[in-house]
Amino acid sequence: MSTNVTQQPLGDVAVALPPLETITLTINGTQKRLQVAPWTSLLDLLREYLDLTGTKKGCDHGQCGACTVLVNGTRINSCLSLAVMQDGNEITTIEGLAKGDELHPVQEAFIEHDGFQCGYCTPGQICSAVGLINEGKAKTADDIRELMSGNICRCGAYVGIVAAVEQALHKCQPNQ
Amino acid sequence: MAATTHIGRSTRRVDGRAKVTGEAKYAAEFNTPGLTYGYVISSDIAKGKITKIDASDALSLPGVLQVFTHENAPRPAYFDRKFKDDDSPVGEKFKPLYSAEIQFSMQPIGLVVADSFEVARYAASLVKVEYKAETPETNLRKKPKGHKAPTGKTGFTPPKSRGNAAKAYKNAEVQFEAEYYHMPEHHNPMEMFASTVIVEEDGKLKIYDKTQGVANSQTYVTNIFGLSKEEARVINPYMGGGFGSGLRPQYQLYLAVMAARELNRSVRVVLTREQMFSFGHRPATLQTVSLGATKDGLLQAIKHEALGETSRFEEYTEVVVNWAGMLYHCDNVELGYYLRNLDTYTPLDMRAPGSVTGIAAFETAIDELSYKVGIDPLELRLKNYAEKNEFEGKPFSSKELRACYAQGAARFGWAKRPAQPRSMREGTKLIGWGVATGMWDAQQQKSAAKANLSVDGKLVVGSSTADIGTGTYTAMTMIAAETLGLPLDAVTFKLGDTTLPVAPLEGGSWTVASVGSAVKEACEAVAKKVFKMAKDVKDSPLSGASFDEVEFVEGKVQLKGDYSSGVSIVEAMRAGEVNFIEEETTTMPNMLKQMQYARNTHSAVFVEVEVDEDLGQICVRRVVSAIAGGRVISPKTARSQILGGVVWGISMALEEESVLDHHFGRFMNHNLAEYHVAVNADIHDIDVIFVEEHDDIVNPLGAKGLGEIGIVGVAAAIGNAVYHATGKRVRELPITLDKLL
Ligand code: FES
Ligand code: FES
Repeated sequence: MSTNVTQQPLGDVAVALPPLETITLTINGTQKRLQVAPWTSLLDLLREYLDLTGTKKGCDHGQCGACTVLVNGTRINSCLSLAVMQDGNEITTIEGLAKGDELHPVQEAFIEHDGFQCGYCTPGQICSAVGLINEGKAKTADDIRELMSGNICRCGAYVGIVAAVEQALHKCQPNQ
Repeated sequence: MAATTHIGRSTRRVDGRAKVTGEAKYAAEFNTPGLTYGYVISSDIAKGKITKIDASDALSLPGVLQVFTHENAPRPAYFDRKFKDDDSPVGEKFKPLYSAEIQFSMQPIGLVVADSFEVARYAASLVKVEYKAETPETNLRKKPKGHKAPTGKTGFTPPKSRGNAAKAYKNAEVQFEAEYYHMPEHHNPMEMFASTVIVEEDGKLKIYDKTQGVANSQTYVTNIFGLSKEEARVINPYMGGGFGSGLRPQYQLYLAVMAARELNRSVRVVLTREQMFSFGHRPATLQTVSLGATKDGLLQAIKHEALGETSRFEEYTEVVVNWAGMLYHCDNVELGYYLRNLDTYTPLDMRAPGSVTGIAAFETAIDELSYKVGIDPLELRLKNYAEKNEFEGKPFSSKELRACYAQGAARFGWAKRPAQPRSMREGTKLIGWGVATGMWDAQQQKSAAKANLSVDGKLVVGSSTADIGTGTYTAMTMIAAETLGLPLDAVTFKLGDTTLPVAPLEGGSWTVASVGSAVKEACEAVAKKVFKMAKDVKDSPLSGASFDEVEFVEGKVQLKGDYSSGVSIVEAMRAGEVNFIEEETTTMPNMLKQMQYARNTHSAVFVEVEVDEDLGQICVRRVVSAIAGGRVISPKTARSQILGGVVWGISMALEEESVLDHHFGRFMNHNLAEYHVAVNADIHDIDVIFVEEHDDIVNPLGAKGLGEIGIVGVAAAIGNAVYHATGKRVRELPITLDKLL
């Protein structure tokens, strides 16, 4: 399936604005052809143009991790990437992790261990944890603490986050 | 039917699924066709005047709809009182874009509205501003003289002295005095302040606002813009953290509503992380504590004085020193609290305002005294235990602090603590143990709630309160479900909408006590109606019973303990020929009863730190936090509240400081890279204990509130542990490594 989304036409120009570019992204399994301005970040594309507001903005400067999404399975800060840089890539956001009603093991573990309070950092934490598990580097709780430190939780739910990621890690990689 | 007793049982957050799937929507996430974007322009100077503002380049950019500045923005209300909100201190109110005058750094001086976020942001950078700058004064310590804080209708309780502290101090066998200071801090919730104002077809406004009280935002907007409540509905189903920052409407709300009305378009204004440092903060305070004691550690005199900062236009007060008159038994207490006006924005309540900073200094002083008299710091605290609140001269409604000390110490292994500083080490790491006491208020406010039970056994309960991560959804669902004997999934709790019955601001740790009591009462009112119908069912086993003799369990009403006697809710309502029962109640605290008692939560915090001898790096390895907070309604979310509080305490003790450049009067580290908050790697073992505490006075639920108590005491306990590890006393927060080298 594919949809076309065009940003609002900009009308007559007195001061030059950058022309739109056409890119193709696969977002949560759906291929989309999009016309975007080159200055639109991947984060703003998701939130403001595609109504995928699950991905959060906490700083817009790569300092908090709230905007973490998966690009071809690797976690990135979507605020630090222009949408046009991702042409041809596969993006997974928090909205794309569950299979229908069945939550991803990381999502399930976050609920079980109350790995959040306000929930605002949570989509980023969860995408980051999925990326971490894909990386296969974390073996211990201390590894998790270190490798999840790019995701700030101001509510301070770290104890629950570490417990949740540990549980999901063992579930997703049973021989670890 | 699933279990229907819920209170005190660990349950998953009812909004958990929405939060882990991205379905939970926050104020900036309500999209609507034709939405426009406002971007705030912030002042470059802290004090002075705008002499020229030129928006012509910005306006010529395609997609820009308007640039509002003080030159063209409307001034919808003149009087200060129109700008008042439920948490505003005494003084003049800041009115965005009303004049050319600059009163604080990063003051909003313009709003660009465009049809995309990127264009608005770019256009904002094209607006040229010229200023006539004056020298700001932002340094509290430069001239540490203040004036008395105003009292009256502010809700501020001035500190009361007792006995003769000066004399008792002079005559005391042991004297100790020290000065303490801490830097300003910013709340920095993860979600930035945002308002999405949707102009509906009939011209009414639907406002999604980041706030800890939709009713507060609504009052603010309707007063300023002369609207009726119907014309300005405020909604906020989820809030990405508040910590007090959402107790006052922030300027993006004003700007978004103003622009929406002027342009007749839907507008969203989101602040940037930098702009999150342009409104309230935890004020810096400079404190002096003097303690006089006998040789065996009995307190003879306490003096605690604090100087806090406030803006030039409002007198922000918080309760910093009163705790020193409540924590311990002492006949001679002298307290002083002063303010100094600086060229910053008005400070704003931040998690356990006043208490967390006052107690940080005072509990450090108590620790210092323990070394002076050579008594274990825990023993010293027990020796001076306050049996009643000597500040108010009232008994406590309940106080299980002794149990906190005992259970916390046992869990921590405090008995094994060597008295001497620098006596535990592992290689190059010095190890230290510290303890501190915490205290906060247990308050109940007037609150309303509505309950609607339908004949299919589904219950919908609502109140305009907020869930800022605190677990309100979950706790209220549990209270409602238990009152009517329903499973959790039969109950929906609605909040954050001004069409719901009015709740107080979500803050001060009073939400469970206030809204929870209202929810209980509304559900009980429904229960009484069900009971009446159940009695009238043909051959009802309840016919002779009174309401006090029955209980609601597993979807039915039955004689207490008699599972064979019940009439199901559905059966009763069918017999009563109603499709639903709806009750709305307003619950007031029982002031007559409550006023006779001091109502407080208490905690004992035990901490182990490790300090790198060569690098000064501090790691908090272990924390045991023992809490006496009355009845725990929802253990899982309650534990998270305390864990979060402890993390805040660690962050406050070791990392957080908003650094002012006094030359520019500006917070220099206004981003999350330079304003450090605790990250995952900073947090290790945290153990939470809730001690048993029964309280029939505080409110009908017996719950005292847990939002603040978790943070109080943590910073002092950490500082005390650092001293025990290193022999070095740091009296300035945060304790960064440079202060140890
Ligand atoms: S929003 Fe991208 S890292 Fe903070
Ligand atoms: S849950 Fe609130 S910031 Fe992490």
